[in-house]
Amino acid sequence: MQDLQSLTEQALELVEKADGLAALDQVRVDYLGKKGQITALLKGLGKLSAEERPAAGAKINEAKQQVQDKINARRNALEQAAINAKLAEETIDVTLPGRGEEQGNMHPITRTLRRVEEFFVRIGFSVEKGPEVEQDYYNFEALNIPAHHPARAMHDTFYIDPTTVLRTHTSSVQIRTMEKKAPPLRIICPGRVYRCDSDVTHSPMFHQIEGLVVGENVSFAHLKGCIDQFLRAFFEADVPVRFRPSYFPFTEPSAEADIQCTACGGEGCRVCSGTGWLEILGCGMVHPNVFAACDIDSEKYSGFAFGIGIERLAMLRYGVNDLRLFFDNDLRFLKQF
Amino acid sequence: MKFSNAWLREWVNPQLSAQELADQITMAGLEVDGVEKVAGDFSGVVVGEIIGCEQHPDADKLRVCKVAGHPDGEMQVVCGAPNARTGIKIPFALVGAKLPGDFKIKKAKLRGVESFGMLCAQTELDLGDDSDGIWELPADAPTGTDLREYLQLDDVAIEVDLTPNRSDCLGVAGIAREVGVLNRCPVAGPEIPPVAAKIDDSVPVTLAAEDACPRYVGRVIRNIDITATTPLWMQERLRRSGLRSIDPVVDVTNYVLLELGQPMHAFDLNKLNGGIKVRLAEEGEELTLLDGQEVKLNAGTLLIADEKQPLAIAGIMGGLDSSVTDSTRDIFLESAFFSPLAIAGKARSYGLHTDSSHRFERGVDYRLQETAVERATQLLVEIVGGEPGPVHLRELEEVMPTERHIKLRRARVANGLGITMADDEIVDILTRLGLEKIDSDADGWTFLVPSFRFDIAIESDLLEELARVYGYNRIPSVSFTAELDIEPRAESKIATSALEQTLLARGYNEAITFSFIDRESAALFDPQAEPVALQNPISADLAVMRTSLIPGLCKALQYNLNRQQGRVRLFETGLRFVPAGEQLQQEPMIAGLAYGPRFAENWTGGKDWVDFYDVKADVEALLDNLGAGDAFRFAAGQHPALHPGQCATIFRGDVEVGVIGALHPQLQKQLDLPKTAFVFELSLEGLGEARVPAFKPLSKFPEVRRDLALLIDADVPAASVMDCVVEAAGETLTDLNIFDVYQGKGIDFNRKSVALGLTFQHPSRTLNDDEINAAVDAVVGLLEQKYNASLR
Repeated sequence: MQDLQSLTEQALELVEKADGLAALDQVRVDYLGKKGQITALLKGLGKLSAEERPAAGAKINEAKQQVQDKINARRNALEQAAINAKLAEETIDVTLPGRGEEQGNMHPITRTLRRVEEFFVRIGFSVEKGPEVEQDYYNFEALNIPAHHPARAMHDTFYIDPTTVLRTHTSSVQIRTMEKKAPPLRIICPGRVYRCDSDVTHSPMFHQIEGLVVGENVSFAHLKGCIDQFLRAFFEADVPVRFRPSYFPFTEPSAEADIQCTACGGEGCRVCSGTGWLEILGCGMVHPNVFAACDIDSEKYSGFAFGIGIERLAMLRYGVNDLRLFFDNDLRFLKQF
Repeated sequence: MKFSNAWLREWVNPQLSAQELADQITMAGLEVDGVEKVAGDFSGVVVGEIIGCEQHPDADKLRVCKVAGHPDGEMQVVCGAPNARTGIKIPFALVGAKLPGDFKIKKAKLRGVESFGMLCAQTELDLGDDSDGIWELPADAPTGTDLREYLQLDDVAIEVDLTPNRSDCLGVAGIAREVGVLNRCPVAGPEIPPVAAKIDDSVPVTLAAEDACPRYVGRVIRNIDITATTPLWMQERLRRSGLRSIDPVVDVTNYVLLELGQPMHAFDLNKLNGGIKVRLAEEGEELTLLDGQEVKLNAGTLLIADEKQPLAIAGIMGGLDSSVTDSTRDIFLESAFFSPLAIAGKARSYGLHTDSSHRFERGVDYRLQETAVERATQLLVEIVGGEPGPVHLRELEEVMPTERHIKLRRARVANGLGITMADDEIVDILTRLGLEKIDSDADGWTFLVPSFRFDIAIESDLLEELARVYGYNRIPSVSFTAELDIEPRAESKIATSALEQTLLARGYNEAITFSFIDRESAALFDPQAEPVALQNPISADLAVMRTSLIPGLCKALQYNLNRQQGRVRLFETGLRFVPAGEQLQQEPMIAGLAYGPRFAENWTGGKDWVDFYDVKADVEALLDNLGAGDAFRFAAGQHPALHPGQCATIFRGDVEVGVIGALHPQLQKQLDLPKTAFVFELSLEGLGEARVPAFKPLSKFPEVRRDLALLIDADVPAASVMDCVVEAAGETLTDLNIFDVYQGKGIDFNRKSVALGLTFQHPSRTLNDDEINAAVDAVVGLLEQKYNASLR
């Protein structure tokens, strides 16, 4: 049985050396195949006595099994190496940027408008719109600002003709809505407004959201509650809010709401002109004359209105330091939002 | 309204610092715009007297003065002011003094002569705008006194930005009243006893403008000395209120205006022709105003005239001819009430805005006239002497403002403000504000409104007064409650925000451009329209309302190209303003612009320029939001701003809803764009309703695809081919696309090859070959017949 041992050793060595699946299979065929050399030894068993035969057969089978196991192990190793080689070949630089269109950005004014709208819609306000080229009546008269009222001087109005203006505020939509719909009302009116004024802190076009609540027993305390909550929600902070008496012909009492300066926390700085406070919006209780213009009984109903300057909010919220940037449409600016 | 804190303190003096007081009145609705020092920071300046003055030996323009005022005695000072002369009193900065700007005065030698200190002009002390020479102080100024002390310069000027309703606070008296109410402390002004007449002279006054001027008080003062100097204290108060000293008569009328809020005017009595007539101007009358401006008067302007001619525009500005000059001896003082409606807007129509018009158009106390005249007389007699005549009042009682009585209901205070206020407090606050309780009943009270409060007319006005004085910040914040019904919301209504999101996801950045553009751009993009023009544009660049959003986007493109941004995708939503006969359509639009490479520069390559089909896909994606893509169609169109061969009109049904195309090469050149820009604009309303999805069962049977390659005349639009296929293929055609279009080598120059992919599927059974072949044959047949197509 010298043959068996040397044949087995030979076979095992060849398996070890096989560098591919084909070579490996050749070893199997050469030694373990039907005509293989180790298989051939089995044929020689017939020459042995019946006593010797089982032991010799077992040895040969053992050797076959040994070679087969080795072949299997080698095959697994070679297959794994092939997979690994393919994986290595397919490896890419995952840090290179992706292909395709990049995402555009919403204008910070729209972003702010939407955010404000969302707060109010969540508590039952509906969104109303109105024309930007507006009749004097809706922009002024019905809002208790008759011709030659000194308050008109505060508005720097653009005129199309003597009775047509570019709306100076979205308050005009209040009137249009109250003409159509009966109380109770909860509306906001976002949009562009225009004033004939242009410098570092004034743009001839800007954006406002007007809010209006009309119902029974709506009080100044409710107005305060609404504004307080809105400002805290918008700035996501417990910002101190204060209310100052002010004057708008279409509200009485009227107030200006200030928030504590977000830049200095009330210490006084350049942003707040050293006062520690920032004027943020105008508001008040709807003037009975305004209700009268819309045929709403001011004995039964009361209400409040507010007007929010969107540019101001956006500047504070996002730290924009120049109003004019909003309308230059510089991509380097727009892509920041 | 700007006033000296020290002046106010003579009227009312609560225990508050100037800043605290400013904060307090701000919170009561008189917004303080600024609190500023009335003088620059300086020290070591005293009242000096020049007791000797000689020419500098080596300099023509310098003088060598001997100046008294230094505690150590006479000092020698070299001075360049032309008015330096012996005998005058001047501000004398001693050696060691510090002037504004941290300028230290040291001993110096000027052209060889030693100088110990400096004689100062107003501007060098930030005490006025006179820089012509050294400041000549009054002769009675006590030599050696510290100038700050002498002029009481440790004072601040408080500037209040008053809202138009608070005309009652356009005088120190009014501010004082307000401060008194807020601090519950007494308010007392100067004694104003009537000045007895010494002569009988008066000027007859006729009030011929009805309710425009129902009240007019006049007084003659003869033999005044116009050369007298306005006392320094008065000059200083005027200065601290932002007014310059002119002459004693003007100064006094200005002083009374600032003190009491009553605008007054003084005429040179000897330049009046007969009596005063207050009347409306006739169209075309002329008047030269005090500022030298000659105006043609409009009919309806309220005038002060004499028997011959207009003298002044009432309540706005006096005339030059009748004004007080340095030769005036006799004057006629006017203190009148002009109704706000008669003055409002008038000043502006002449391009004027004066302290007087500012007050009259907001409302001047209609009972104040006599007091103001007495006060002015008192001050004038003190300063310029003279003999006053009697105070002469003309009043048209029947057209005087009516006294207002307002009922205040207790329940309204609680409901309107959301607080409960004690009865006592309510009455107390309103009384201290000058209202008079004239009646009360179970529900509340009736108050009489004082003649100086033009803004109080209704119950709500009283609520505001109560809230203001009580303190807005003491009123609680309460959540409002409301019955909330669930409002239906149409699913077929697509929010603009959804459309915006589509464009954002496709790489467009949102722009917001001005709604007004320049007339040239408007004409360039939309030559047929006559845009709505502003009467008072801010500039020619922003003069007409846009009839399209595209010009604005193109301007933004130019702006970005000028800043090295070579790939631009912008969109905007907003109104366009299209005149339609007498009407103006304000139509909400969505518009976009694409310029530059198809994709942002990337390592994957692909540097192709954006083309029509890229932008068309963006528009199609927009339309897909409506779930009704097949409701829209694109047809070759014409637009003056767009390339005639690359422009499509977009229809929904038969209604034109938008346009898409390449900018016209000519326009591209005019806009100085190196390459082609593509634009689109759609009417948001025109897009119409979205389709609410309706489920169709899925077929369980296989679909079959057949491809066709056709040769067809080059000018047949793809849309026509597809329409034809759909028409001929029958209901089992479930999908159709064009997967290749080829023109060029191997094909007639006027023909093109179009490859179509047809997908068939039946909902309830498997289609057999015969059926599909029949459908395909029908398609080919119809294409042949209609468009001379042939299979390749």
